[in-house]
Amino acid sequence: MWPRIRALVIKEFLALLRDKVARMTMIVPPLLQLVIFGYAATFNIRDIPYAVYDQDGGAASHELLARFEGSSFFRRKAVLTAERQIAPAIDDKRVLLVIHIGPQFSRDLLAHRPARIQVIIDGRNSNTAALAGNYVNEVVQGFETEWAATHGWQAPPAQLVVRSWFNPDLLSRWFIVPGIIGLLTLVVTLLATGLSVARERESGTFDQLLVTPLGSAEILLGKSVPGFVIGLMEATVILVAAVFWFDVPFTGSLVALYLGLVVFLLSGIGIGLMISSMSVTQQQGALGVFLFMVPAVILSGFATPIANMPVAVQYLTYLDPLRYFLVILRGTFLQGDGAGVLGSQYAGLAVLALASMTLAAWLFRHRMS
Amino acid sequence: MNRMRLRGLIRKEFLQIMRDPSAIAIAVVLPFVLLLLFGYGVSLNARRVPLALVAPRSPQAQELLGGFEHSPYFVPRRYATMAAATHALVRRRVEGIVWLRSDFGRHVLARGNAGIGVFVNGVDANNAGLLEAYIRGVWLGWLSRQAQAQGSTLSVPVTVEQRIWFNAALRSRNYLVPGLIAIVMTLIGALLTAQVVSREWERGTMEALMATPVSMADILLSKLIPYFALGMVGTALSVAMAVWLFTVPLRGTLLVLFSASGLFLLVALGMGLLISTVAKNQFVSATIAIVTTFLPAFILSGFIFDLNSMPWPVRLLTHIVAARYFVAILQTVFGAGDLWPVVLANAAALCVMAAFFLGLTWRLSRKRLD
Repeated sequence: MWPRIRALVIKEFLALLRDKVARMTMIVPPLLQLVIFGYAATFNIRDIPYAVYDQDGGAASHELLARFEGSSFFRRKAVLTAERQIAPAIDDKRVLLVIHIGPQFSRDLLAHRPARIQVIIDGRNSNTAALAGNYVNEVVQGFETEWAATHGWQAPPAQLVVRSWFNPDLLSRWFIVPGIIGLLTLVVTLLATGLSVARERESGTFDQLLVTPLGSAEILLGKSVPGFVIGLMEATVILVAAVFWFDVPFTGSLVALYLGLVVFLLSGIGIGLMISSMSVTQQQGALGVFLFMVPAVILSGFATPIANMPVAVQYLTYLDPLRYFLVILRGTFLQGDGAGVLGSQYAGLAVLALASMTLAAWLFRHRMS
Repeated sequence: MNRMRLRGLIRKEFLQIMRDPSAIAIAVVLPFVLLLLFGYGVSLNARRVPLALVAPRSPQAQELLGGFEHSPYFVPRRYATMAAATHALVRRRVEGIVWLRSDFGRHVLARGNAGIGVFVNGVDANNAGLLEAYIRGVWLGWLSRQAQAQGSTLSVPVTVEQRIWFNAALRSRNYLVPGLIAIVMTLIGALLTAQVVSREWERGTMEALMATPVSMADILLSKLIPYFALGMVGTALSVAMAVWLFTVPLRGTLLVLFSASGLFLLVALGMGLLISTVAKNQFVSATIAIVTTFLPAFILSGFIFDLNSMPWPVRLLTHIVAARYFVAILQTVFGAGDLWPVVLANAAALCVMAAFFLGLTWRLSRKRLD
């Protein structure tokens, strides 16, 4: 049995990688995308363009504005002199926010009355708006603490002391880059397996394969190996790049991560083969890959948390192998997780792998006749 | 170009679409299902975040914790010790901890500036940042209640009054759903056309077409027109769902929205035709379509990750992602209205890209067998 499978595996590798263009499209884009997406996919904002409309001009407002000037989060783009200039500046996206200091600001502060400032934020992207609002609050709070201390204000009864664990500077890159490993590995695996049966059907070699002494399980095994090997290699390269190029700390157990990767690859291959056995043409195969991949990425928790989804959609995500693998990736990268903590994630992936492989074999036999 | 020949070819293309219902599924069922799923599934608004509270039973502490219990953002859980709360945080059972020491009440009464320890799980940095802001909000509310109870004003020198324009409630759906329309249409465009030319090559029917008197422009137009019509049906469906199902306010006009959509669809179809013309092999064209459309549209378009936060080389690169311009138009037309400087600049970019892709496809597809 083994020499037969070996021959089949060699054939599958050749079918996948023989064509130079096909080889390039399998291998180069994922690596290129890691680099581009690793830099692009961030929720941290820097250099927020802002405008100042200062009706006060007193010492206190100068002091406050100097803090914005000195912050690396903000970059002043304009100084406004009239209220009607605010709307166009925001509408045309020239600035994300306008800091409006009223004429009473310095007088109120010096008289020990709470002073108000107004911040107008472009809410078209509500996440950016919320983050920018937070940064404004932070800068203002720094000003307040100093002002309260130097001008004899009573301290508030309790202060917040905020620490964030596992990612002290809240760099979203640490969260996203491990996710990209899972994302690209899934894409590669699906590409390697999703069209493989349909390609044989279209070129007519499928019937030839059926008259060989190989059983359907053996044929599927032969078709799984190249996807597994290519996925494992690409994931390793991306992993190394994440640690050494993007400086994401790897604090957990490598064994735990690779255990997860193996089960994840198996479930990805199972789903790819399922799609492949179902489709008669390569177009249908490509459609199937798309139809699975797009929701699998968007609902995996890669960019938006699963906890924010409605309960019904949350249940649906249990069918998504990427969901489990992302937890394993982020746990082993940032939280120092070992295999023991991640048991339920492995179990979820194993169930998916087993179910999809069984279904793929069944579909394969079923579609044969 | 000949009207009658073109009409014949379009008829043939329509028949082919009707016989293989997958094209109709792509254009109509796909946007419906994807938008339904993602519209509900994609949200950056955290609600009901599990939060650990470790606090003494003093009245001052209860007063502060009440703020967390009444906030719609949190599901508070009491833990007796910091060790238990820490364990829950590491195991992801809670997202953050608020810790008041046992002498909290005494410090507050003595105006001794008691510390409130806040620990958040920073793995999901974005969520952690929002969580911090929610906690800060509860704290500010408590401060002002304290000040009121004592008959004094708030002991914070500056109050920041935030006005969020276009989306006062910071509902993330209002900008994510319009962006999703761009993602879904990118997929539709690529899926519809990426294989139609390479299919003809692989089946050998391209040779048959070439032997007829139709010109290459006829062939390309006949591929473009039916799929354009199908794609616009999908767009109309998506817009209807955004407005009625997800109640995203549409502040601009439908005319601008659909003109921009048509323009973007031309780019998406043009790109698909180009891929399928160049590849001449369905596996390669499917691979290229999958790799070059979805992920770039998802990550590099400003749909969810802010373009201004990207380093300049990457920002430069985003200019070749058509979805970027369409997302900008959609977010503006939905969120703010027909702001001409934004709409026209992005529409111009889409025009250039459409001309480029369609022109290149036409140049590359000569009647030639090689």
